[in-house]
Amino acid sequence: MPPASSVAERAPDPDVPVDASISLASTGGRRGDSIFRLVALAAGLLVLVVLAGIAFATTRQAWPAFSAEGIGFLTSSDWDPNNGKFGALAFIWGTLLSSAIALVIGVPISIGIALYTNEMAPRRLRRPVTYVIDLLAAIPSVVYGLWGVLVLAPNILPVYDSINSAVGDVPGLSWLFGGKASGRSFMTAGLILAIMIIPIVTSLSREVIATVPRSQREAAYGMGATRWEMIRSAVLPWSRGGIVGATMLGLGRAMGETIAVALVIGSNAQITTHLFSPGDSMAGVIANQWGESSGTYSAALIGLGVVLFAVTILVNVIARRVVRHFDERLKVA
Amino acid sequence: MTAETPPEPEDLPMTADAPSPTLDETVGDHHAPVPEAHEPHLEPKVVFDVQDLNVFYGAFKAVRDVNLNIHQHEITAFIGPSGCGKSTVLRCFDRMNDLIESARVEGKVLYHGVDLYDARVDPVEVRKRIGMVFQKPNPFPKSIYDNIAFGPRLAGMKDDLDDRVEKALRQAALWDEVKDRLKKSAMGLSGGQQQRLCIARAIAVEPEVVLMDEPCSALDPIATARIEDLMQEIKSEYTILIVTHNMQQAARVSDRTAFFTTEVNPEGDHRTGVLVEYDSTDKMFSAPSDERTENYVTGRFG
Ligand SMILES: Nc1ncnc2c1ncn2[C@@H]1O[C@H](COP(=O)(O)OP(=O)(O)OP(=O)(O)O)[C@@H](O)[C@H]1O
Ligand SMILES: [Mg+2]
Repeated sequence: MPPASSVAERAPDPDVPVDASISLASTGGRRGDSIFRLVALAAGLLVLVVLAGIAFATTRQAWPAFSAEGIGFLTSSDWDPNNGKFGALAFIWGTLLSSAIALVIGVPISIGIALYTNEMAPRRLRRPVTYVIDLLAAIPSVVYGLWGVLVLAPNILPVYDSINSAVGDVPGLSWLFGGKASGRSFMTAGLILAIMIIPIVTSLSREVIATVPRSQREAAYGMGATRWEMIRSAVLPWSRGGIVGATMLGLGRAMGETIAVALVIGSNAQITTHLFSPGDSMAGVIANQWGESSGTYSAALIGLGVVLFAVTILVNVIARRVVRHFDERLKVA
Repeated sequence: MTAETPPEPEDLPMTADAPSPTLDETVGDHHAPVPEAHEPHLEPKVVFDVQDLNVFYGAFKAVRDVNLNIHQHEITAFIGPSGCGKSTVLRCFDRMNDLIESARVEGKVLYHGVDLYDARVDPVEVRKRIGMVFQKPNPFPKSIYDNIAFGPRLAGMKDDLDDRVEKALRQAALWDEVKDRLKKSAMGLSGGQQQRLCIARAIAVEPEVVLMDEPCSALDPIATARIEDLMQEIKSEYTILIVTHNMQQAARVSDRTAFFTTEVNPEGDHRTGVLVEYDSTDKMFSAPSDERTENYVTGRFG
C-alpha cells in the first residue's frame, strides 16, 4: 500500500505555520480513510472474482455432463457411468439427509455445551471443557471416518436393529425407521458429522452468548427468573440470530465433508427416508469414483461439485436472510 | 452470604410452601396514614430493617456498618458521591449482589422480619416480590406486551394477562403511547419510553418494593419529570428506593434521604462507603446534622 506509507511518513515540518499543519493533518486522516475503503473494496471484489472464477471453470469442465443429461442431472437418480447415465439426485439427497441428521443431533448438543460453559459451569471447569471441545476440531476427518467405519458402524448396528423393530411399525415413525438397517448408513454419517460440527457450532454459539449484555441478564434475574428462565428469556432470544448463523456454518461444513462421509455412508445410491439405510453423498461419490473416471464421467463428477457449491451458497444466502430477519425483528423493531 | 446467627424459629423462609409476609397483609392496614406519611408521629410500617450491613467485593470492603429502616409507602433516596456504595447497598435489597461472584454480604437485611440473607431464603422468590429498575433501560428484545407480561408469566399469573399489562402500562404513564403497537418490539421505543416500560415491567407483578438505580440518568428533563410524577402516583401502593445523583430529584420526590460517602476504613487500607446520615428529606436538605451532609447537599463537596 504505497500511498498509505507515504502518508504515514510525512513528518511535521517545523517551518510550516500552525494553521497549515492543522489542515495537513486532517487531509491525511481523510486520505487514510479512503485508502482503507479502497483496500477493503478491492479485497471484497477479489473474493468475488475468485468465487466466480471457480464457479466458471468448474462449470465449464462439467459442461459435457450437464449438456448430455440436461435437467436430468438434478432430477434423475439413475447413476450408471458405464451406460453414460448421470443422474445425481440420490447423491444430493444423501448429502442433504446426512447433513440434516448432523444438525438435528449436533446443534442442540452444541448449544447445550455453550450454555453450560458460559452460564453454568464453575469457573475452573470452563476452560478445560472449552479446550476439549476445541480439540475435537483438530482431529483429521479421515480419522473420524476410520473410527466410524471400524468402531461405530459395527457396534451401532444392533442399536439400529432394535430401534427399527421397536418403532418400525408405529404409524408416524415407520417412514424413518423402516427397511433393513446397515451399520454404514445415513444415520452413521449424520452422527459422525454431528461430532465434526460440534466444535465450530459450539465455539460460535459461545461467542454470541458471551455478547448478551449484562443488563439483559439482570433484567431477567431482577424479575425473579431462575437461571433457566433467564437463559430462555434473555440469553437465547438475544443470541438467536448468531446461533442460526453458527448452525448454517455447521451445515456448510457438514455438506462439504468428504472423506469421513465417504467411508461411513455406505456407498449405495438410493433415495429413502429410512435413516438406517445406506446411501451416498455428493462429496463422497467424487472422492470414491474420481480415480476411475474419465471423459464425461469425470465431467459428471465435477458437475456434482458444482451442484454442491451451489447448494452451499444457497444455504449461506438463506442463512443470512434468516439471521437478518431475526436481528431486525428482535433488535430494531 | 450466610446469616451469622441461626434464624429464629419464627423467621419464615420465603419458599413457595412456607408462607411469608404477603402483599395483602402489608398493604391493607396502612392505606390511611399514607397521605400523612411526613408526619413524624405517624411512623409508617418498617419494610426493611438493615442491621450492620457490610459488603465486600473479594477482599475489598465496599460499604460498612450500614444501619437503616425503610418505611412502607415512602420514597427513600440514596445520595452520595460516586463509588460510595449506593448501588451496592441497593442491590442487597433484592439479592442482586448474588450475581457478582466476588460479592459477599455480612449483616442482616430484614424484610418484614425475615433475613433476606438467611440460608433458607430463595433469592428468586425475593426478586419476585422486590422489583428493580436499572440505570440503563433494559427491555427484552421482545414485543412491548411480552415485556410487561414477562413477570406475571414467571409468577404464574396467567389470568387476565391483558388487563394486567394494560394496568401496568397505565400506571407507568405509557399506555396511550403504546396501546396501538403492543405487538411491536420494545426496542423501537425511545429511551424515556423504554425506561417507563421497564418500570411497567417491574410493577406488573405488583411487587411490594421497587428499587431504582439512577432510573433517570439517561433521560432528558421531560422524561425525568414524567418518571418522577409516576413515582409519586404509585407510591401509595409501593415502597420505593431510589439511587440518584440528582440532588433536586432527591429533594423533590423522596420522603427520606440517606447520604453515603467514602472514608478511609479502620483497617486503613482503602476507602469504604459509610452511611453518614439518614433522616427525613426535609431535614436532610434544610438542617442536616452532619457537616459532610451539608457540604454535599449544598454542592460544596463533589
Ligand atoms: N462488581 C464489582 N466488583 C468489584 N468492585 C466493585 C464492584 N461493583 C462495585 N465495586 C466497588 O464498590 C464500590 C461501591 O460501588 P457502587 O457501584 O456501589 O458505588 P455507587 O455509589 O453506586 O457509585 P455510582 O454513583 O458511581 O454509581 C466502588 O469502589 C466500586 O469500585
Ligand atoms: Mg451506582
